[in-house]
Amino acid sequence: MEAVRALIRRKAKNLRLLGVPVLGMSADLLIGAGCVAEVHSSAVSLGEAGLAPRFTEAAEKGEIRLVDTTCPAVHTALQATEKGVPFMPLRGVIGSDLPNGRRDWQIGQNPFAAGQDPILLVAAIAPDAALFHARWGDEAGNVWVGRRRELATIAHAARHTYVTVEEARPGDMLEDELLAPGVISAAYVTSYAEAPRGAWPLGVADVYAIDDAHVAQYARAAKTREGFQRYLDEFVWSAKKSSLPA
Amino acid sequence: MIARLVADARHVAVGAASPIPAAACELLKAQGKPIRVTRLHQRKGNPFTEGSRELFDLAGQGRIDFFFLGGAQLDGQANINLVRAEGRRFPGSFGSAFMYFHCRTVLFREEHSRRVLVPKVEFVSAPGWSPPEVVRPGGPFALLTGAALFAWQKDKRRFRLQSMHEPADIRAITGFDFDAPSEVPLTPPPSAAELELLRGPVALRLAPDYPDFASRVWGKINGRE
Repeated sequence: MEAVRALIRRKAKNLRLLGVPVLGMSADLLIGAGCVAEVHSSAVSLGEAGLAPRFTEAAEKGEIRLVDTTCPAVHTALQATEKGVPFMPLRGVIGSDLPNGRRDWQIGQNPFAAGQDPILLVAAIAPDAALFHARWGDEAGNVWVGRRRELATIAHAARHTYVTVEEARPGDMLEDELLAPGVISAAYVTSYAEAPRGAWPLGVADVYAIDDAHVAQYARAAKTREGFQRYLDEFVWSAKKSSLPA
Repeated sequence: MIARLVADARHVAVGAASPIPAAACELLKAQGKPIRVTRLHQRKGNPFTEGSRELFDLAGQGRIDFFFLGGAQLDGQANINLVRAEGRRFPGSFGSAFMYFHCRTVLFREEHSRRVLVPKVEFVSAPGWSPPEVVRPGGPFALLTGAALFAWQKDKRRFRLQSMHEPADIRAITGFDFDAPSEVPLTPPPSAAELELLRGPVALRLAPDYPDFASRVWGKINGRE
């Protein structure tokens, strides 16, 4: 989230966001701040805090391009890139309106089936950049994401991977047998930067919990453009407050 | 009611924004049923180490018996729409276009109105029916709302009203046509023992993951007692 606030302060433009597999408050902030041209996602919501207000308004007014997808199709498309293959098959989806008008999805025939067996073929997706927050980065340039191993797939598939970490630590985590399974090797990490409480108001497992009250406050404020601007003024443009505990 | 629908399941998964189905599944566990409940959004001790991808991989292999889906709109063909309706944009289809094909699915929506239960959805996130050549081990099983329970009749591709929670004119508040018995029974209310479990151990299990829901529902109930 700290990187999202930095992108807004740098007045990023024309970003194309890919939700893996969904998007939340980070995307809503970027959309409201005018940084986004396209959203490719299975859903955009604030979870228990409800609809993502800036996404909802931008979508209803046609201000951003939307590519509606379904969660496993995003995972599958990234896994195809991970393996260096042009597409992968995925069950389900046939008969949904989601494939309509999409040239990167085709319905093919299972070549191994004796009879008719239509199956969706999903083209590989290689994002320009992966961006996420992790617990640790080490001297060797590795980052530790713990159980969030789906983040490794994003890093494997993206051309560049940028990470913010709670804490930098000495040594090489890949030399530690217990830490290694949760590590993304430096081979995939373009660079990382330290950002303590950088996920706030979202959480980092075992370090700090999601700040539900703040997310709910955001959901209320962002219902109007004016409220959203006031939120940006308070929590993004003046960076002081954003890293403090709620 | 949900707990009774899925009572025989071995493995039930609960997706995003589904506190009521989650409560039902935790109720079954609290009753000592040998059921595995996988809650995608469990904050502490989440069963997945590969995020939601693992949920879809599990379902694709047939390792999940039941799932729950809602919709901005649901129609009489059991199609669901999570994308847009009446000019309004909703969050999106999530994993519905996959899960609906792989799990027996309980459609669940509290609001029972002609706005939600429509003759035909404006956008099909996931279809209620597939032609025979499409591999589809799962699909609609029942539709539960705040007013009634419908069973899905796969051969007729139509809902059949099973019961209503209070005496009401269900046809008047439903936008699609459905079959119904001449006498519609009332849904049996939860027993005192079920309510006690819901307000006790189930509430405690859910509160960390659905704090807002838990304080709205159980905060009030406990406040009254």
